[in-house]
Amino acid sequence: MIRPDAPLLLDIRDLHASVDEQPILKGVNLAIRAGEIHAVMGRNGSGKSTLSKVLAGHPAYTVTAGSVHYRGADLLELDPEQRARIGLFLGFQYPVEIPGVSNLEFLRVATNSRRAERGDEELDTFAFEDLVHERLKVVQMDPAFLERSVNEGFSGGEKKRNEILQMALLEPLVAILDETDSGLDIDALRIVADGVNQLAGPDNATLLITHYQRLLDLITPDYVHVMAAGRILRTGGKELALELERTGYDWVDQELARLEPETVEVA
Amino acid sequence: MPAVALPATGAWLAALAGSPLPGRRHEDWRFTDLAPLQSVAAEPWNGPDPFALAALPAGITRLEPAEAQQLRNQVLQATGSSGAWPVQLNQGASPRCLALRVSGAAGPLQLSIDAGAAPGLLALQLLLILEDGASLELLQHHSSSAANATSLLTVAQLGRGARLHLGVLAPGDSRASLLSHLAISQAPASALQLTTAVGGWALSRLEPRICQVAGAAHTRLRALQLVDGQDLADTHSHVCFEGPDGELDQLHKVVADGAGRSVFNGAVQVPRKAQQTNAAQLSRTLLLSDRARVDTKPELEIVADDVKCAHGATVSRLQQSELFYLQSRGIGADQASKLLLRGYCDEVLRELPVAAAALNPLPLLLRERP
Repeated sequence: MIRPDAPLLLDIRDLHASVDEQPILKGVNLAIRAGEIHAVMGRNGSGKSTLSKVLAGHPAYTVTAGSVHYRGADLLELDPEQRARIGLFLGFQYPVEIPGVSNLEFLRVATNSRRAERGDEELDTFAFEDLVHERLKVVQMDPAFLERSVNEGFSGGEKKRNEILQMALLEPLVAILDETDSGLDIDALRIVADGVNQLAGPDNATLLITHYQRLLDLITPDYVHVMAAGRILRTGGKELALELERTGYDWVDQELARLEPETVEVA
Repeated sequence: MPAVALPATGAWLAALAGSPLPGRRHEDWRFTDLAPLQSVAAEPWNGPDPFALAALPAGITRLEPAEAQQLRNQVLQATGSSGAWPVQLNQGASPRCLALRVSGAAGPLQLSIDAGAAPGLLALQLLLILEDGASLELLQHHSSSAANATSLLTVAQLGRGARLHLGVLAPGDSRASLLSHLAISQAPASALQLTTAVGGWALSRLEPRICQVAGAAHTRLRALQLVDGQDLADTHSHVCFEGPDGELDQLHKVVADGAGRSVFNGAVQVPRKAQQTNAAQLSRTLLLSDRARVDTKPELEIVADDVKCAHGATVSRLQQSELFYLQSRGIGADQASKLLLRGYCDEVLRELPVAAAALNPLPLLLRERP
């Protein structure tokens, strides 16, 4: 839902970032307002996943230039946990398995961290169980997964459902979903997409990172961005994704070739 | 403060054992400094017999002294325990003895062995016969609050089809020492689960020696040892298969923090007659400090040619990917580290006998204040 007067939630300007001194992001600009759903597409290695990790504060990535503001505050100043507490959420492409740590306990501690930030009271074990059982319905998840270790032995689909369950509990204002559709069969994809649609509202925003139109058939984006060589090369509406599906990314090479000399000149 | 060895204590201990204290020249003691043991007062521990308080559940009866003597000799010989210095010390220290026969499904039994604040050497022997088909869940709970030493020799003979779930929960004191030798013989079709969780002693030495006397038994070993400060924790395990079709599943986990030192030596013997043995041993260490030191060594002697024997050892810090995942959900770095540490330990602690849960083992072992 595009509302030009809606609050600006995330404002990324000329963001440059590197990993192991290798520049990956080379000037990303992106503004996300409340109520919007954005999709970022692009080839492998174009910087999509790096963008998501930099926003979440992954320690392996270094921001070398540019800025990111979240509801007007400097996001890059904050630790990963502080970013999560104020409402930024990253749905992992490969959710991490943590043997020995109970999924239920993990979800409760995480939920309470977010609640404390919002000034809500901490939920005890019983109150939390009520909440989590209600939120399980969002992703049609079997309560048995609460009793297991975090993601341990979960199938690809179960891991992604667990990610969306976390999103349902944490109620983020900006959710970045990194290739949430990867490794999902049709049924699981539908359930996960349905969960994301249920959670999307006028006060929050979603940034989908994906390779495929099939996710966008289920979650309709307001904007589609094409990333290449560490920046956003083109922005359009949902029809841009359909065009990519037809034409592939060959035009990207031509556009990059056209841009590169300018970059050199500017430098 | 590192322990200061008292010459008088060293001589006293050597006289009790009938053998000088093992030193660094002995391969089995290469990394294990006995100074904390020598810093205790050279006298027998003078408190109430911890075994006198044990309430015996139905299915458990006491052995006659002659039976106990015979059992001890048989099992120590089968497991090759007789020459072990901690066994010699225990035998020479006039141990208080609890000798039991288990028939049918007995237990559970819990033995609280608290050396408390009294000085000196507390020597105990626990002798168990599990008759054919008998089963027992037994928890040994050690503790101490002073510079003293506990020497426990556990001897168990598992009959055909017998099942023993033995747990050792030993949160210690940074001035105290614990020497625990466990000699266990297993008849075919018996099952042993031994879960040990030890931490906080100036010196702890665990020596499980298990012999499948004719193979075809199941042995499951789970161990957690934590060192911090100046602690030294040592486990020397030894499993021998004296016949075919035996199984061993061994996991040894370590948390090494502060300037603590952890030693693990895991010997597995598979002679020619032990064909079709299936043995797996994994040693995992979580290294939380630059000053901590870990020595870990699998020692597999495999002569039989038709066997599966796997072993592995890992030493790592907390996984950054796991930490980041927790942080990205709003959990602070300190709390995330604690959650991961608890998870790491819980994999072993949840395999202690049921009675351990009421003692809340993890905070005890991590020395967390309530």
